[in-house]
Amino acid sequence: MTDLASIAARARATGDAGLLASAIPYCRWLGISASLDGDSVLGRLTYQDMLVGNPSVPALHGGTIGALLESTAIFEIVWRGAGARLPKTIDITVDYLRSARPTDVWARGTITKQGRRVVNVHVEAYQDDAAKPVATADAHFLVDDE
Amino acid sequence: MHDAEKAEIIERLNGAFPQFVPHNRALGMRFVDFDREAGVAVMSLPWEPHLVGNPDTGVLHGGVVTSLLDATCGAAVFVRMWVPIPIATLDLRIDYLRPATPRLAVVAKATCYKVTRHVAFLRALAFHDDEADPIASAAGAFMLSTKGSPAVRVEGGPR
Repeated sequence: MTDLASIAARARATGDAGLLASAIPYCRWLGISASLDGDSVLGRLTYQDMLVGNPSVPALHGGTIGALLESTAIFEIVWRGAGARLPKTIDITVDYLRSARPTDVWARGTITKQGRRVVNVHVEAYQDDAAKPVATADAHFLVDDE
Repeated sequence: MHDAEKAEIIERLNGAFPQFVPHNRALGMRFVDFDREAGVAVMSLPWEPHLVGNPDTGVLHGGVVTSLLDATCGAAVFVRMWVPIPIATLDLRIDYLRPATPRLAVVAKATCYKVTRHVAFLRALAFHDDEADPIASAAGAFMLSTKGSPAVRVEGGPR
């Protein structure tokens, strides 16, 4: 058993924010990684051709951006140690602001409210300019379902 | 529409729609059914070990469900319009109702219930084989006639 919760604890103990991303098969396949930048987690989606949704623009598939946003929010919660268990997504709302070009995408999450059971996170995804996000998301996560 | 005619269109869509969208192809998505009058599209996605979000349980990652719901909503816009026009997701809200069961394919059914000059509005559900026991629900809006070419263009089919 891989035991994601203990990997999360190890990530916090060693300061290696990327451990969780590399433990998740879908993140490895899609090319999602994470690193510590300042005091928050920076998520990254490394470009590959299979991420494209519309080749004629060309633009990345909305689902891949949604996956980066959701994953980065989870990494941020885990990094902050918010909740003993791994966060479960309750809901996520993604606003697509610009088409994402076929190049790497970055994302950063901010915890807007930390409750006992629920954490609210705002996440922004961008390409070269953090001030011009390609998409933003607001999501709720269950962090304690005892 | 006769069943045979519909089956032929679905086959043609499977040759075109997921194939023209590299990420849908990478995820193994298939067109399953459609209803023009209702503006409904149904697509499926197989369970694969590399799509797992929690290796402890084998449950699919939320991002996979997001991609399937987004793609199926786009397909429902196409079914409703029956004209290939370029579209782009404006927003998509997903409620995760229960974890997907490991090793089962996921089906998404999207309804394009309203189209205005610029915007299409959608609702969708993701489930395994029982629509009454959904994994996730979605609500979304798509912009119509955006830049680029449509993802769907089927020779001899709907145009």
